[in-house]
Amino acid sequence: MREISAEKITEVIKRLCIEANCILPQDMKSCIEKSLEAEPFPTAQGILRKIIENYNIAENEHKPVCQDTGAACVFLEIGQDVHINGNLQDAINEGVRQGYRDGFLRKSIVKDPLNRVNTNDNTPAMIYYDIVEGEKIRITLAPKGFGSENMSRIKMLKPSDGVDGVIDFVVEAVEKAGSNPCPPIVVGVGIGGTFDKCALLAKKALLREADSENPDPYYAELEKTLLDKINALGIGPQGFGGKTTALAVNIETFPTHIAGLPVAVNINCHVTRHVTEVI
Amino acid sequence: MEIRITLPLTQEKLRALKAGDSCLLNGVMYTGRDAAHKRLFELIKEGKELPVDIKDSTFYFVGPTPKKQGEAIGSAGPTTSYRMDAYSPALIALGQTGMIGKGTRSESVIEAMKTYGAVYFGAIGGCGALLSKCIKKCEVVAYEDLGTEAIHRLEVEDFPVVVVIDSQGNNLYKTGRETYLKSVMEDK
Repeated sequence: MREISAEKITEVIKRLCIEANCILPQDMKSCIEKSLEAEPFPTAQGILRKIIENYNIAENEHKPVCQDTGAACVFLEIGQDVHINGNLQDAINEGVRQGYRDGFLRKSIVKDPLNRVNTNDNTPAMIYYDIVEGEKIRITLAPKGFGSENMSRIKMLKPSDGVDGVIDFVVEAVEKAGSNPCPPIVVGVGIGGTFDKCALLAKKALLREADSENPDPYYAELEKTLLDKINALGIGPQGFGGKTTALAVNIETFPTHIAGLPVAVNINCHVTRHVTEVI
Repeated sequence: MEIRITLPLTQEKLRALKAGDSCLLNGVMYTGRDAAHKRLFELIKEGKELPVDIKDSTFYFVGPTPKKQGEAIGSAGPTTSYRMDAYSPALIALGQTGMIGKGTRSESVIEAMKTYGAVYFGAIGGCGALLSKCIKKCEVVAYEDLGTEAIHRLEVEDFPVVVVIDSQGNNLYKTGRETYLKSVMEDK
């Protein structure tokens, strides 16, 4: 049994909050740079160049890439042979509190969804736990902006809708989102599970490197098909027209019930932030 | 070619702008997003005085990050505008002439823009670090308790925007996409 202190977790979460918001991950940078090379429309090229200039300024001056520094989504894979000394949930929220305060990040969480008073420290974090083998903890911090979150959708398809139903729903979600989620976007797709599990799959799809593909060749091909269809819509960067509507489509799947085919689409913008550390 | 505009945005200046024009804004604008718009709207409904002069004003839909020492403002890119759609027509009727955000607007906002004369500009969403460079001064003028959502008075220099919807209702989100798709068809 390995012991890890709650203080250690607070320290890591704090650091990851700041890093995730100020340094765009390499997978996103290479997707954006590649899309600029493939973009034929001058207006769109101009916007992609500004996007690159923006993340370079953010990194060099240690400023947030985007002012929506997000809801702090924290994913933990906790080895079953780890014992945490102290209150884990409090430790995570303390890390978020310190990171958002000391990193000059925006506090975007309201205490109650209807009575809407800001908590002023960006807590509570949105926390997801998985118990895995081993004696380590893998922490992923993914601040999620809400311009794109608001454009996300879920639908309980029928098994008879099949892959064509999935394609139609995903493409329709992106078309309806249009210029709202700050295209170019990253599209996280969850297929299978239950209503709630499917939504989580879509969110977890956004954690995977944007320049990677699904290890299953069938789904890798479906990711490509979806990306091509989305980029034929013509929405383009910021919705001003162009090829680059999406930078990547990532699919995650899970077994499901004989009666169901749940599909969730979680949209993220060109500032798809995620950083991981193993302790 | 960019059109340099000095705010306030008068009817004469805004009538010359067309969807798709790139502009550089200079002068004073106000920030406001969901919570501040709700408060302004409630004051209008009650017939009360507003904390800022709306006539010929430009509002930037933004909630900036906190500033560090020596900075005028933190990162400050646009937020999605349709959430202000319920409130914008009332402000436009009072003389607001400019809005800066990103994303679509409702028919009722566009109708108000045509009736009273107003322009909807887009700033590049997700470029808050870059855009903050053009903001030279920032101070809270109302609703300090709202934190990032308070109304701030900004002084900007060559703040880059694109006319998305002009005062005739022309919409770059429609025409830009059509222009691109047409160019792809012609290449085939």
